[in-house]
Amino acid sequence: MSFLELIPDWLLIHGPAFLMALPLIMAAITAILPNKRVAWASTFIVTAILTLTAFSIALYNAEVGSTLYKMGGWAPPHGISLVIDALNAPVIVLIAVMAFITVIYAMPATIAEIKPNKRAPFYAAFLLSIAGLLGMVVSGDAFNVFVFLEVSSISTYVLVAMGAARDRRALSAAYNYLILGSIGATFFVIGVGFLYMETGTLNMADMARILADMDGGSRVSKIAFGFIVIGLGLKLAMFPLHAWLPGAYAYAPTPVTAFLASTATKAALYLLLRFTFFVFDPSYTYVADVLMFVLVGLGVIGMLFASLQAIFQTDVRRMLAFSSVAQVGYMLLGVGIATTASVAAGYLHLLNHAVIKGGLFLALGAMWYRFGITRTQDFQGLGQTMPWTMGAFTILGLSLVGVPFTAGFVSKINLAEAAADAGWWWAVGIIMLTSILALIYIGRVLLMAYFQSPPEVNGNVVDRNEAPLMMLFPMWVLAIASVVIGVEAGVMVDAATRAAELLLGTG
Amino acid sequence: MPDIFSHFNYVVVIVLMMTGLYTVFASRNLIKKLAGLSVFQTSVFLLYITIGKVTGGQPPILIKDKSYGVDDEGQALLDGVVQVAAGKDSYIIGGPGTDILYSNPLPHVLILTAIVVGVATLSIGLALTVRIREVYETIEEDEIEAADFVYNLEGTAD
Repeated sequence: MSFLELIPDWLLIHGPAFLMALPLIMAAITAILPNKRVAWASTFIVTAILTLTAFSIALYNAEVGSTLYKMGGWAPPHGISLVIDALNAPVIVLIAVMAFITVIYAMPATIAEIKPNKRAPFYAAFLLSIAGLLGMVVSGDAFNVFVFLEVSSISTYVLVAMGAARDRRALSAAYNYLILGSIGATFFVIGVGFLYMETGTLNMADMARILADMDGGSRVSKIAFGFIVIGLGLKLAMFPLHAWLPGAYAYAPTPVTAFLASTATKAALYLLLRFTFFVFDPSYTYVADVLMFVLVGLGVIGMLFASLQAIFQTDVRRMLAFSSVAQVGYMLLGVGIATTASVAAGYLHLLNHAVIKGGLFLALGAMWYRFGITRTQDFQGLGQTMPWTMGAFTILGLSLVGVPFTAGFVSKINLAEAAADAGWWWAVGIIMLTSILALIYIGRVLLMAYFQSPPEVNGNVVDRNEAPLMMLFPMWVLAIASVVIGVEAGVMVDAATRAAELLLGTG
Repeated sequence: MPDIFSHFNYVVVIVLMMTGLYTVFASRNLIKKLAGLSVFQTSVFLLYITIGKVTGGQPPILIKDKSYGVDDEGQALLDGVVQVAAGKDSYIIGGPGTDILYSNPLPHVLILTAIVVGVATLSIGLALTVRIREVYETIEEDEIEAADFVYNLEGTAD
């Protein structure tokens, strides 16, 4: 553990609070910075520090086990506590790393997409969003989770609306997201209110203990569970509640789309795991019923329908957005089967999909940056005009389909294996079927890019015009990461298994 | 019937909540939707505040004291008394085991936060509506969708 020795002790002790305090404070400062490069540099430094902190906290956690940070020195049931355990440490690292990678990419992207006088506020909103996401992941207090959920959501509405400089539909997409997002968050807070009625506490560990004493509690806690599942379902784009997602992903500025796709829905899914398995418990009948019929049912329907919808999209970003809804279905299926292996597979898919989808959206953004294209038919000859970008897109696209030696394959095979072990053979069939559907929508784009020649504009064939290095670097980091995970999956699988064991109490 | 009156607050909460949700989904005007959203969120404030009510409870104000369940050294005489140290004096908060009954202050504090969140959401929503009106010159959803119809058909802007 030579790396940990380099990290000062105070960072390890106060790391959880530092993770959310630093971006919150720096957001206020960044908002008034004299624009452009200074604001970018400040965001870059903050996210770099966050990445370092997240890694050291995760390593520290692996060494000493779960840690509890008492905010302001108040003891847990009364004070707000921050918790780091095997379940949220990987998500923290994911959010910090994706933020860092997106910020590198944002440098050229914002110059093209955001008006100069809006760039400092853009980075401020971006930092707020990071603070909210990290806050809702580390918090051990249910109401505090709601507050951070809203901090991240409200800043995300602003970020999505900033796409209006490029496409006016960003405004109505942001408005729809705001309406549905607020309803989701309000449902969540109603659920927390009912839980508070039942247990008299807001601390999640305390709630779990009291609910276990009451053997699942009365009708009040059933209703609380219903509200929480629906509220989080809206946030994580569970199938019929995903209406906000395609618009928000398609019209937001490209770095925002990449960041959202890889973190926002994932943090909400983490919360769903936290509530279903940690606060509540699958041994209560009503939780088991919801897992079996609602999460699995909607997950499977979502996998099929959203994949089919993705095939018929003309806009590539909308296609990938529908594909995100389908991938959420895989994760819900894993969660719903509720064995240690399946929850681990669902959790692994959460991490892998974040890497894959983040990278794909970065590659798409680079294509828009150079040629202003978003439609599938405009992909003609991109294999020749943007070989490096298209290379990263190809690797990540194949990873999304689940070709062997890629991240997508590892999580899908784990999920299929877990489903088969539980005797759910039909689920294995559906995983295969939706992978084929994914092959159709990704393959259609790849064929267009590699087997058609570049189009002619004004009588000249379009020349090779590669994306700038600051865009290529982040997307290739993710593309290589997805291959590395595919070949050497041990670390990720271990992390996911530890998380699942913690949740199901089998460790 | 008596249930309705003994749970009057909850009845109001449900009516407000459903009115708000219905308004959000049924109206096609952006401002009306935001009004519905506000009503919906307000119902939650009422729900929380109702949780905090304890029948016969007083406002939760610290009493500077010795006589209520604390001896001269400031040690609690009864179980369940929560002691709070503030400056030199000792204060107590009533709880189980004391004869002082307080309303629960925590939901009020929570809801203060939720109100701030609600205001922030509403202001962002209104700001977005202003921007939409600048760009589309309408705030009716049907007309916005009609204006974007060609955009959506071709799958691109311009």
